[in-house]
Amino acid sequence: MTTGVDRLLALGDDALVTAQRLGHWCTRSPEMEEDVALANIALDQLGVARLLLSYAGEVEGAGRDEDALAYLRSDREFRNALLVELPDRDFAVMIAKLLFLSAYQRLLYRRLAGDQDERLAAIAAKAVKESAYHLDHATLWTLRLGDGTDVSHARMQAAVDEVWPYTHELFEDEPDLRPQWLSAVEDVLARATLVRPADGWAPAGGRAGRHTEQLSYLLAEMQVLHRAHPGARW
Amino acid sequence: MVSAPRGTESPSVRAGAPAARDVVAAVADPELVVLTIEELGVLRSVEADAGGRVTVTITPTYSGCPAMDAIRSDIRTALAAAGYRDVDVVTRLAPPWTTDLISESGRIKLASAGIAPPARVAGPVPVALSVTCPRCGSLDTERLSEFGSTACKALWRCRGCREPFDQIKPL
Repeated sequence: MTTGVDRLLALGDDALVTAQRLGHWCTRSPEMEEDVALANIALDQLGVARLLLSYAGEVEGAGRDEDALAYLRSDREFRNALLVELPDRDFAVMIAKLLFLSAYQRLLYRRLAGDQDERLAAIAAKAVKESAYHLDHATLWTLRLGDGTDVSHARMQAAVDEVWPYTHELFEDEPDLRPQWLSAVEDVLARATLVRPADGWAPAGGRAGRHTEQLSYLLAEMQVLHRAHPGARW
Repeated sequence: MVSAPRGTESPSVRAGAPAARDVVAAVADPELVVLTIEELGVLRSVEADAGGRVTVTITPTYSGCPAMDAIRSDIRTALAAAGYRDVDVVTRLAPPWTTDLISESGRIKLASAGIAPPARVAGPVPVALSVTCPRCGSLDTERLSEFGSTACKALWRCRGCREPFDQIKPL
């Protein structure tokens, strides 16, 4: 059984855009160990993105490989959820995004590891083990910042409040995963002395290619080299 | 004129050349150079067909492991040096790699190189045991970061000898 191209692109683009955002933190983190940690998580996400985009290109059958899909699509052709493209204006925002995303990816990959599409199942079976480490890392920071100083608590709460509305879109295709996700995330927020925001505004559109302008800036930077020197290798 | 050898070796493979399996099994991992790819559990199989074509199957440790390209290239180079020219290197994801695939000899080599081997993942309910310092053997160690110098390592420190060390993290 084969998965549809849009579905593979959605999963792959979530991972690719996350990798690109996390890569920005290398040399900008609060400590050197964090530079290394975020670069490692970015590398895991990039690895999964490459596997998924390569597969998407084969299913599409139009001769596009992973590079063509990553570097030569425009913003409207990306299928990632809006959450992952949001700018990391604060360290706490990056951590909140990573917490919500990795809790979701862990549940989703665990389910997909048993998918009838054997190729997708194999990718997910690897990724689920890696996402456990990502979730653990984001959890530790959420606890440290939320249950930290007055300043760190306020910034972590502001970050959670800011990105919470964007988490709804993650469950467009798998609404039944949200209760499990909620119980995992609510437990972390409670232990971090943070308030779980109320549900309300639920921006969406990423899966259909309708993005915030932030994705365009991200893609411009990510794609400029490949577009300026098509086919360049080193 | 020397007649071409028959059997599983390709015509270009000289008589007495080492078996393809032995050649590939001896290739070192580019990031954990004390280990061979066989000891690391990255090597899945080596098959030579009647026409002399060698198919090597490998599996990545982590999805984004950047060493895979180097491993593919090292396998080809080693096989070419032994006379095997017709080589196909295939990557297979399933079943996913786990640190349990690291062999006993691999674990001993890691420890002697100052890298703590991983705890076993499969088996009874995992118990959070402390990691033994590979330098002084102390159990009084602390984890500094779940992420280290490569995707597969965590960073630890020994409170006994005060030295930092890498650990292959269980996966």
